[in-house]
Amino acid sequence: MHPVRKQRLLVVLFIVVATSVAAALVFYALRENMNLFYPPADIQAGKAPIETSIRAGGMVKEGSVVKSPDSLRVDFVITDYQADLQVTYTGILPDLFDEGQGVVVSGKLDVTGLMVASEVLAKHDENYMPPEVADALKNKPEAK
Amino acid sequence: MWTWFHKLGSPKWFYDISGKLLNFMAPVAALLLIVGAIWGLLYAPADFRQGNSYRIIYIHVPVSVLSLSGYYIMAIAGAIHLIWKMKLAEIAMRSAARMGAGLTFLALVTGSIWGKPTWGTWWVWDARITSELVLLFLYLGIIALYEAYDNKVSASRACAVLALVGTVNIPIIYKSVDWWYSLHQPATIKLTQKSSIDPSMFYPLLIMIVGFYFFYGVALMLNMRTEVLINERKTRWVQDIVERA
Repeated sequence: MHPVRKQRLLVVLFIVVATSVAAALVFYALRENMNLFYPPADIQAGKAPIETSIRAGGMVKEGSVVKSPDSLRVDFVITDYQADLQVTYTGILPDLFDEGQGVVVSGKLDVTGLMVASEVLAKHDENYMPPEVADALKNKPEAK
Repeated sequence: MWTWFHKLGSPKWFYDISGKLLNFMAPVAALLLIVGAIWGLLYAPADFRQGNSYRIIYIHVPVSVLSLSGYYIMAIAGAIHLIWKMKLAEIAMRSAARMGAGLTFLALVTGSIWGKPTWGTWWVWDARITSELVLLFLYLGIIALYEAYDNKVSASRACAVLALVGTVNIPIIYKSVDWWYSLHQPATIKLTQKSSIDPSMFYPLLIMIVGFYFFYGVALMLNMRTEVLINERKTRWVQDIVERA
């Protein structure tokens, strides 16, 4: 290889390596701030600010959804299986909202640790299957 | 030993070989996309949670995959242009930038359309979606940077450097759903483990992804051939083609 071209190749490699190192340092410095939401365990540990708009995410706890009979108010608990967070929301829920499914809620924490949500988003997972397969899996106790 | 490599940079050689490749690749791309789209949209079963709305996966995933891998094609072409000063590599880089901008835009739009019925929102500033938006700005930035220079030699060199700098974003987009908490779900198609999609839904998706790769190749070569003809319009072989036509 021609020495001039070899030198240019080294410059190209330097650009790629240097920007990768720079990006890695930036993302290392920002690591917590890159998350879209707080898991309930972090909120219980007091890492989330109170009376400030934040997002919390986790699974809707089975059997925790209480719908108000005369308004759009819904109360439910989200969990990351280490800690729970009580959420109250008034509004229309997305179609995929269900017990045992992931959600991301945005709102404010009050002093008692209740999350007053202004928006509820449903998180769907990376599994896709036909309904018959899902039913078959549900009826087979050893498979999850 | 590098003479064969320099031969690759000959515009006439490229024009001849790409013409032959197109005859084969264009029908394959059309066939795969038609079969994949009909199979995915009509015959694949509905999803157990999302019903029919998941079917946008057959467009969203292929364009997103191509928006990432197309960036590497652009960056490698940019590197070859910087090192060997090859005109054809510069043409490939700029064609890939145009293709990439379109594909990234489609990935964002289809993702947004999919997000509304499933997540309940058109847009959310999570790590995956924000880094994909940065990718769109990188592609558009490279196109704009080239147009901003009067001296096209410096223009293409600046574009190549920007393309190389931007490569750092590709692994970030790909791994963003694993590194940080996001609304976007993690990858379904895994290289090392079993994919978490039922085979009856996976085969049409695979056909669509392969079909989009062929389509990308066809569109990139058509784009490059046009540029080559414009650049070489004064040469003998181009004038021969024009006279024959």
